[in-house]
Amino acid sequence: MIYQGKQKIWADYQKEIPDDHWYYVRSCIRQNFFPGSEKMFTKITREDLGLDMYENEHHTTCGGIAYHCDTIPQETVMTIVARQFALMTEAGYENYCCSCITSFGNYIETLESWHEFPELEARIREHLWKSCKREFNKPKYVAHTSDVIYKHRNEIAEKAKFRLVDKNTGEPLRGVEHIGCHYNKMFPSKGVGGAEYPYVLCGMIESWGGQVVDYPERRHCCGYGFRQYHIRANRGYSFANTHKKFESMEPYHPDFILTNCPGCPYFLDRWQYVTAETEGKTYGRNGYGIPVFTYEELASLVLGYDPWDIGLQLHQVAVEPFLDKIGIEYDPDAKYLGVNKKDIGRPSLPEHMVCF
Amino acid sequence: MIDFGFQKAKSSTVNLDNVDMRLYYALAEKEPDIKRCMECGSCTAACTSGPFNGMSLRQVIHGLQRGTDVRQMVSGCMLCGKCSMVCPRGINTRHLLLTISRIYTK
Repeated sequence: MIYQGKQKIWADYQKEIPDDHWYYVRSCIRQNFFPGSEKMFTKITREDLGLDMYENEHHTTCGGIAYHCDTIPQETVMTIVARQFALMTEAGYENYCCSCITSFGNYIETLESWHEFPELEARIREHLWKSCKREFNKPKYVAHTSDVIYKHRNEIAEKAKFRLVDKNTGEPLRGVEHIGCHYNKMFPSKGVGGAEYPYVLCGMIESWGGQVVDYPERRHCCGYGFRQYHIRANRGYSFANTHKKFESMEPYHPDFILTNCPGCPYFLDRWQYVTAETEGKTYGRNGYGIPVFTYEELASLVLGYDPWDIGLQLHQVAVEPFLDKIGIEYDPDAKYLGVNKKDIGRPSLPEHMVCF
Repeated sequence: MIDFGFQKAKSSTVNLDNVDMRLYYALAEKEPDIKRCMECGSCTAACTSGPFNGMSLRQVIHGLQRGTDVRQMVSGCMLCGKCSMVCPRGINTRHLLLTISRIYTK
């Protein structure tokens, strides 16, 4: 293939990410699963990177969970999305940035639907006006928060206090990345690297000193799948998906898993506990699991934030062996202390997986 | 061990490297038309005996491609030929079924 041809094809996989001035919306479930992640995202972008990351307390769910669970019609979801865009317009922003992968897919799907069917957009504008007397401009740019961190990954690397390197051997830590399905499998051109070569998380790992490890089921779904998990009788399918991924990555001995979706870190983390308690099997070394991080948590760790301030005590799999490898200092006694050193309680420990 | 009220779903993965395709290849040699089948299921929908004995030509072809024994199902065919009348690919399905039976007999 001639060089120009390659360049042209690769151009389809590139993504333009604006520098600054973002309207930020949070995720519904990340607030509960790993609440430190979103707090650290706003802290890093505002304080460490000096970005304008505006947040409005009036924004609501995007309707994505209900949509993917088949419980509300698509026009209702689009009207909710239109209201979010109206809030952005009222705040004077044009770049929309969401924390949730499903929201990202939902916003892109809505905008693409409106592009293909302008009469649908007109109908949604009418619904929005009738329901809450609001009008909106479509965002000039929709990004996922991992895109923003990806864009500034080298800046974070320059300010980093730690690198993803084993302090004893000097070798880069081996990480596997897991991209949320709704980030690039629905509309590949909207994700960095498309569906075939997603680079958004690889770029972060490489910039921060780690090594990305490939494995056969790398692009397999984490198993969340909404209805597969929300209906208890179907949870076996969700569990089987995650199990397939772990069986596939096990021979490569990853030191950590990096994710950019609300559901993925939760299920990759919690299903390790279920695997341990139902089959007695753990995937890390010496009875530990493989720690799973969100990109905000990993960015916070390399920037030198206290592991317990970023919410790592809410992980099921123990993160301490990972912290020890890098050489990040932490106070084991402060793990379950909250604001003002208030004891937040200790969870009961699993029988077949080493946790603290 | 804890009972969470659900169990890991059995994998439905088909490893084609481990599938015995000899019967299918032998059939394809005698009846090359089988390669034209797109498993639409029109034959199964038109089948007279299917509702009574579970005969499904679509499943027979799929089973041969997966290396499973479909002898029992084939024996349910009455050779009425309705399936060949509805096949959108124009496969002589009646003849195909006779050939499958002959291969099993050998």
